[in-house]
Amino acid sequence: MKTKVPVSHVAKLANIPISDQEEKNLELAFEETLAVVEQLQSVDVSGVEPTFQVTGLENVMRDDVVDDRRMFTQAQALANAKTTHDGYFVVPQVISQD
Amino acid sequence: MLQTLTLADLLGKLKRKEISHKELYADLAQSYQQNDKLNIFLTFNPQAETESAELSDKALLGIPLAIKDNFCTTDIRTTASSTVLDAFVPQYDSTVTRKLKEAGAVIQGKTNMDAWAHGSSTETSQYGRTLNPRNPEHLPGGSSGGSAAAVAADMAIAAIGSETAGSIRQPSAWCGTVGLKPTYGRVSRYGVVSMASSTDSPGPITKTVEDSALLLNYIAGHDPYDGTSSQTPVDDYTKALGQSIKGMKIGVIYMDIPGLAEVKHLFEPQLKVFEELGAHVEYVQAMDPNHAIGVYTVVQRSEVSSNLARYDGVRYGNDRSFFGDEAKRRIMLGTYTLSKGYADKYYVLAQKVRTLFLEDFAKLFKTYDLLVSLTSPGFAKKIGASESSAMFGELEDMLVEPSSITGLPGLNVPCYHDPKTNLYLGMNIMAPMWHESRMISAGDAFEKHTNWNPWRAQ
Repeated sequence: MKTKVPVSHVAKLANIPISDQEEKNLELAFEETLAVVEQLQSVDVSGVEPTFQVTGLENVMRDDVVDDRRMFTQAQALANAKTTHDGYFVVPQVISQD
Repeated sequence: MLQTLTLADLLGKLKRKEISHKELYADLAQSYQQNDKLNIFLTFNPQAETESAELSDKALLGIPLAIKDNFCTTDIRTTASSTVLDAFVPQYDSTVTRKLKEAGAVIQGKTNMDAWAHGSSTETSQYGRTLNPRNPEHLPGGSSGGSAAAVAADMAIAAIGSETAGSIRQPSAWCGTVGLKPTYGRVSRYGVVSMASSTDSPGPITKTVEDSALLLNYIAGHDPYDGTSSQTPVDDYTKALGQSIKGMKIGVIYMDIPGLAEVKHLFEPQLKVFEELGAHVEYVQAMDPNHAIGVYTVVQRSEVSSNLARYDGVRYGNDRSFFGDEAKRRIMLGTYTLSKGYADKYYVLAQKVRTLFLEDFAKLFKTYDLLVSLTSPGFAKKIGASESSAMFGELEDMLVEPSSITGLPGLNVPCYHDPKTNLYLGMNIMAPMWHESRMISAGDAFEKHTNWNPWRAQ
């Protein structure tokens, strides 16, 4: 009952480039990890609600006002970008040209 | 030798003008020579001494602190120990570092960690592993291994780390330091490189419990920039120091785990210390921590896959081909456990078992004021140990994972020292949510009543 993860498909979803050798290694690593995780199936959770967060906070709102203490100037915002053009970030092309 | 002072002693000496920043930095510079061998700091702040002099009239008197490299620090490179962020210089401070600076602390440098905080060894750092200053053939633990090692090596007076499931307490146990993981939501996560957003908790790594209480006072509290931070009132944690623990009920848990065999007989006598201090100590059954491994693994990988989706190399950093093996594993497994058709089988099931852990702790804390266990199932492992298994960290952190996924605060205090290896065991003291003061009282009393703390013993 070993779980086989479709590694190349997941890599594509996660946008992670991997080599053929990595694909084989990852398959084994996932098998090992999921074998531990699947032990959870022995726990009786009937009637138990999931817990997604532990503080009990709900719908935390802030005032709808501009907070200039955490605003960047254009130069600050672009300071860590590798490629910029006329004061903009350059993003990879995702729409084909034709 | 001023670098060997505790934070409390250093503040006292600076206040009374018995010592100067200049003398302190001269001694620290000596200690920095260890960095070539131990690889603890990734970046030193060349302005630290100047900044200290400028802040000497503030509450923290310009004291230098070592900060884990996943806290954004203005104009100081922040890598999270990954080459994806190799050249990233933040334009803003995390709330934790901002608060510390405003109180008069100075960032002396940024410490090595497991890349993205993924791990319990500091071996997954893309800038090389950190060695344990107590015994360099061994690992410092992680992910805040650099912060714990900086304190253990007296390269820092005190440090800041972050914990998602063990990352403050486990390296503290392995390096023989004090580490305090606050309640989830007690300390703001704003500006900390996100790992698992539902459990990430910044906190102090220090020489003594007193020093942790001191620092927690400055970093705890609600932050409008972190919607998950709590408005629950903050204690003056230093008031919990020197308090009697007479009459407290302490439950001892996780003593029947097979992996403890080697160290159980060393740990058990330490529990008698609490009885000598007037507390009632009882062994009690808690929910099997093995299940927490599964819960944590799924929750962590899932949240990682979402949080690390932002690293696309457009606004900052390098592209996704720079991720190391561990990050790739975690992002991809999390992508899988959240994907259509598998989310119920993995993610939702894990969150249901998480509920059972919450209910179990709620029941235990009806009877007990505090719960105590070992922090790590053994002494610091040897170099290279993390490379043997994709589940290395999860197994090493098994005893702290249940309290992490339920958001409880926990405190590591050294509770045994092996003179042959110079390595330490750590005790994990857990309290109900928002009751950090109670575990500080117990940890402080234990530390002062025993000789295990390396700085108190001197």
